[in-house]
Amino acid sequence: MFEIGAIFKIFLATVLVNNFILFRFLGLCPYIGVSKNTDSALGMGMAVIFVMTLTAIVTWFIYHYLLVPFHIEYLHIIAFILTIAALVQLVEMIIQKTAPALYEALGIYLPLITTNCAVLGVAMLNKDTLFGQNLSFIKCVVQGFGAGVGFTIAMVLMAGIRERLDIADVPQPLKGVPIAFIAASLLAIAFLGFSGMI
Amino acid sequence: MKVWKEFKKGFIHENPTFVLTLGLCPSLATSSSLKNALGMGLSTTAVLLASNITISLISLLVRRTNTTEQVHKIRIPLYIVVIASFVTVVDFVMKGYFPALSKELGVFIPLIVVNCIILGRAEVFASKNSVLLSICDALGMGLGFTCALMLLASVRELIGAGQLFGLSVFGEGYKPALIFVLAPGAFLTIGLLMGLFKFIGSRKA
Repeated sequence: MFEIGAIFKIFLATVLVNNFILFRFLGLCPYIGVSKNTDSALGMGMAVIFVMTLTAIVTWFIYHYLLVPFHIEYLHIIAFILTIAALVQLVEMIIQKTAPALYEALGIYLPLITTNCAVLGVAMLNKDTLFGQNLSFIKCVVQGFGAGVGFTIAMVLMAGIRERLDIADVPQPLKGVPIAFIAASLLAIAFLGFSGMI
Repeated sequence: MKVWKEFKKGFIHENPTFVLTLGLCPSLATSSSLKNALGMGLSTTAVLLASNITISLISLLVRRTNTTEQVHKIRIPLYIVVIASFVTVVDFVMKGYFPALSKELGVFIPLIVVNCIILGRAEVFASKNSVLLSICDALGMGLGFTCALMLLASVRELIGAGQLFGLSVFGEGYKPALIFVLAPGAFLTIGLLMGLFKFIGSRKA
């Protein structure tokens, strides 16, 4: 029972309190680049949830059944980034074969995920904080999934704000990316309110 | 002359953070204090320098052996492996010699691997230019990135903690606005500084 509570806490913490974008500053490039309209933000978010969860699963196995037995834990950075690159490629091929409609919808966002630092961030954070704990596999998967959900929430909220900002009268030098950051700042203040929750 | 041009472009005209908007995540995450910003900027510069040299040497070899066609397809994984190797080295150096700083920067040292500045310079510059020019490019871009981080950090540390490099500036009476050290202050500062860079750029043109 105690463990279920702990797992739920991890999920809530990664979604709201330690939101990857607004608190940990991970994945800002797609956050600013792809958040111009709600549809593409949602598509990107879904792709990220999928890849992050898979990454959490695969890196756990790679670390425990490949790196540890051969005593090459120090190669984890190289191993993780190559895994993620291969994984994204694989996911892309599978989706293209099995669900062409989804593939069309995700379009260019899938390959872009490889260089999304939030994905490598999940793998590294899992390794630093969760490996070695009880039920570490389930916790890692939950943290990966939660990080993706938090990413999607922040993306979609931001896209909604930016759709409005397009018609607002913004001073010339602040148009585009700068005003998006200022909006993100206000959003982050709102999310600070969650920090008392856990 | 050309060497100087490649070196100085990274500071203002093609500043990676404010103008090219590359490498935003580490810029915001590690600019809460000047000490962290300097550490992060110099680690990134070291990785960038090493990867630019290696990749321009590799592409020299590729051109000599006439294998451009075959290598072109696998160039991205190739770059990533080179970069990841150097990041591993820097990670160990930081852990060994600056354990406190390494702990504060935390996950952002390994995340230099996915810093778009490094892969971007490899693809755009180092793979097409000589070793000497690649070194200048790496130093210019790396130090430009460091300056941008220091600028962000000095604003944030000054307002958010009333300090610079940990030394008190305003004296006892100053009540620090803690929010500038936290996430919202980072977003606000970078938004305003980007606007300022754009304003200066438009005035010049």
